Amino acid sequence: MPANFSWIRPEPWGIHVVPADCWIDPAREVPHALVTHGHADHARGGHGQTVATPATLAIMELRYNTREGAVPVEYGETIRLPGGVDATYLPAGHVLGSAQILLEHAGERVIVTGDYKRRHDPTCPPFQVTPCDIFITEATFGLPVFTHPPIEGEMAKLLQRLADQPDRCVLVGAYALGKAQRVIAELRRAGHDRPVFLHGALERMCRLYEDWGIDLGELRLVSDAKKDEMRGAVVMAPPSALNDRWSRRLPDPVTSMASGWMMVRQRARQRGVELPLIISDHADWPELIRTIQEVNPQESWITHGREEALLRWCELHQRKARALALVGYDEDEDD
Amino acid sequence: MEEFAALIDSLVYTTSRNAKLQLVADYLRRTPDPDRGWALAALTEGLDFPAVKSSTIRNLLHDRVDPVLWTLSRDFVGDTAETASLLWPQGPALPGNPPSPPTVSEAVELLAEMTRATVGVKLAQLLDRLDADGRYALLKMATGAMRVGVSARLAKTAFAQAFEVSVEEVEEYWHAIPAPYTALFDWAANGAAPPDTAALPLFRPFMLAHPLEELEVDLLDYVAEWKWDGIRVQLAHAGGETRLYSRGGEDITGTFPEMAEALTIPAVLDGELLVRGAHQGGEEGGAASFNALQQRLGRKAVSAKMLAEAPAFVRLYDVLQLDGEDLRERPWTERRAALEALLPRLPADRFDISAVIAADHFAHLATIREGTRDDAIEGVMLKKRDSPYVAGRRTGLWYKWKRDPLLVDCVLMYAQRGSGRRASFYSDYTFGCWDGDPDEGAELLPVGKAYSGFTDEELKRLDRHVRQHTVKRFGPVRETDRSLVFEVAFDSIHVSKRHKSGLAMRFPRIHRIRWDKPVHEADRIAALQALVRD
Repeated sequence: MPANFSWIRPEPWGIHVVPADCWIDPAREVPHALVTHGHADHARGGHGQTVATPATLAIMELRYNTREGAVPVEYGETIRLPGGVDATYLPAGHVLGSAQILLEHAGERVIVTGDYKRRHDPTCPPFQVTPCDIFITEATFGLPVFTHPPIEGEMAKLLQRLADQPDRCVLVGAYALGKAQRVIAELRRAGHDRPVFLHGALERMCRLYEDWGIDLGELRLVSDAKKDEMRGAVVMAPPSALNDRWSRRLPDPVTSMASGWMMVRQRARQRGVELPLIISDHADWPELIRTIQEVNPQESWITHGREEALLRWCELHQRKARALALVGYDEDEDD
Repeated sequence: MEEFAALIDSLVYTTSRNAKLQLVADYLRRTPDPDRGWALAALTEGLDFPAVKSSTIRNLLHDRVDPVLWTLSRDFVGDTAETASLLWPQGPALPGNPPSPPTVSEAVELLAEMTRATVGVKLAQLLDRLDADGRYALLKMATGAMRVGVSARLAKTAFAQAFEVSVEEVEEYWHAIPAPYTALFDWAANGAAPPDTAALPLFRPFMLAHPLEELEVDLLDYVAEWKWDGIRVQLAHAGGETRLYSRGGEDITGTFPEMAEALTIPAVLDGELLVRGAHQGGEEGGAASFNALQQRLGRKAVSAKMLAEAPAFVRLYDVLQLDGEDLRERPWTERRAALEALLPRLPADRFDISAVIAADHFAHLATIREGTRDDAIEGVMLKKRDSPYVAGRRTGLWYKWKRDPLLVDCVLMYAQRGSGRRASFYSDYTFGCWDGDPDEGAELLPVGKAYSGFTDEELKRLDRHVRQHTVKRFGPVRETDRSLVFEVAFDSIHVSKRHKSGLAMRFPRIHRIRWDKPVHEADRIAALQALVRD
């Protein structure tokens, strides 16, 4: 007998899987949590039990200093939750360890994407298109103005700037989990083999990526380097450090930022960015649309981001959709 | 167009003035005529395409993008041209028919040909030939607001740097040659003869003064005049036309139409534009304060009411040309005589002359300067009697000796991060004064904001103070615990509805940092109100 999806309930602080009494990416402490990926707004600490991929659990351990209640699940693996719910973790292509969660109950299939993108990323396996009835998708860049360019062109811009101004360094602001490592890995792919200098806040996460088999080349800490050694080099820092006192130790830095928001000129200007790099770990508008078309669900539920525009697109294309008002997901401009 | 689009993009992300100058100069050097001339016109907002409006762009997009998606996008991006450049549907590249982006000149030519009837089709065809950055540059150029932080003056300075000519000469010839300024490039880049400027009501670069500082001059060699607190203007009449220019060479004829009508003699005059007002204590027909003049600045259309209530007049300082003769090489004494002889030929309600101060010697002048009560007086000018009228600031010819500033003690309330070189420093300070007795629970109300007047060393210490005394954060702004006193200098203070204190300072700057002074000894709002002379 069909359950009409009454077993899955969006609440303001997370998606509730009722028969299992599990919450997906809950914004507050719960007894049982299913976590899609390691970004702090999705992976909060303090749950009784946390089901996530081994890499996500390692990231959470790094951040919260505990493995208590950790339940690892590999990509493609299905675990049985109480109340007859099966959960399968599938690659989401967002950051190391990121997963979509496929939930099956009473013959009904629901996917919660967490955050995802459809581009190649040397630090994580690609998003896997999987059929389902209800597709709960993020919409961070859910506006038709967002068509992110290929990353190769952005890397070329960065390397050209290093070559043009060899007496300066390029200071790239990038989110500490995922974006920073992806940018370094892409730099290596583009043939840049000089040391990359790190702000202290990025060190542990970069080491974790290396432990998970991602080669980031030679990394050095800004705090251990002399000013002159950093001329003509890439320096990576969290976005909050770009205009901070910390940057005074760098040799005449070109302020740069790797973010999908850099598409909008005024956004880049407001942050004092001289070299915007349009690099996103989220799906852009064409990717969001392509994904809905390929997954082809009966219904799409749209969460954090600019829901209205994607909702409008669904309406224009006779696709059933609704917006969920979930709280607590960071719409931070740094992402 | 790709090169121009790349220039626009670089300018958007560059904050340093020198870096901007270099970008524009490089572009002007390497780009051929007439593209570089049209680009220069675009940067100086010298282009006008009446058929292309912001609404044209919106309508064009409404035909191609769902209106709801357009509105959501426009609201997020905050700029019509940028939104349109990003949303424009990129057609598939047809085999054997690759996209052929237009040159800047071709784009200008096509934009100029467009009419209200054709713009829908023609502008769309043009946009189809460009990528997103190209579309952005084109739409910004077409609607006439580049907003890349390049003033007309900066563009002219870049031109002068590119070809190693003086910016004063560029200013002088600028208005004589229409875009794309081919003759101007020919002169600057190829050494051709400069254009003939005699028969046109052109802007001539102003002669400027150095601050007097500690210097004393001999009044046998120098004459003293009042320095008025209005806006410095130049009135030029030639070929039956009159134009009014601001200090930067901007044509402001439309803002003060009564002045354009008042000069009908072929002449170029230098003076201070003021408005009449009853607020002033001083002599009859005195000028209103700068605050009154401000009401008329920046307006394109002037109402009859304004013309009647705040009529403009020019207090003349100098004459550059008269009846077809260029007087700039003549000594000041001769030009002054010519100016005095000219005055009776001009309408008395629109012109008077800045009086020479009768001072016997320098100390006498100092006494007169100290004693003046007229708020429309900003200070004293000292002009060498035998000096020609030369463009710009030349040492030893003209000096300005401003009145001593007003000083009050204020308390630091908020600090904001600076930009460019100061991006990591809290360098913009909002300060306030007490609205009563601070020992009886009075509050601080903000009275002004300043970001200059301190050394780099002091800035470092102020930055540290702000970081250690923060009580709240609002984005780039920090609220401090109100524990530091600034001695703030300013030129005058006016009633203003914009601030909660009801006051606004003119040219506030940090005079001294009073690390030693307890905050309850800072000044009260009432003390500031007593300085208002509106």
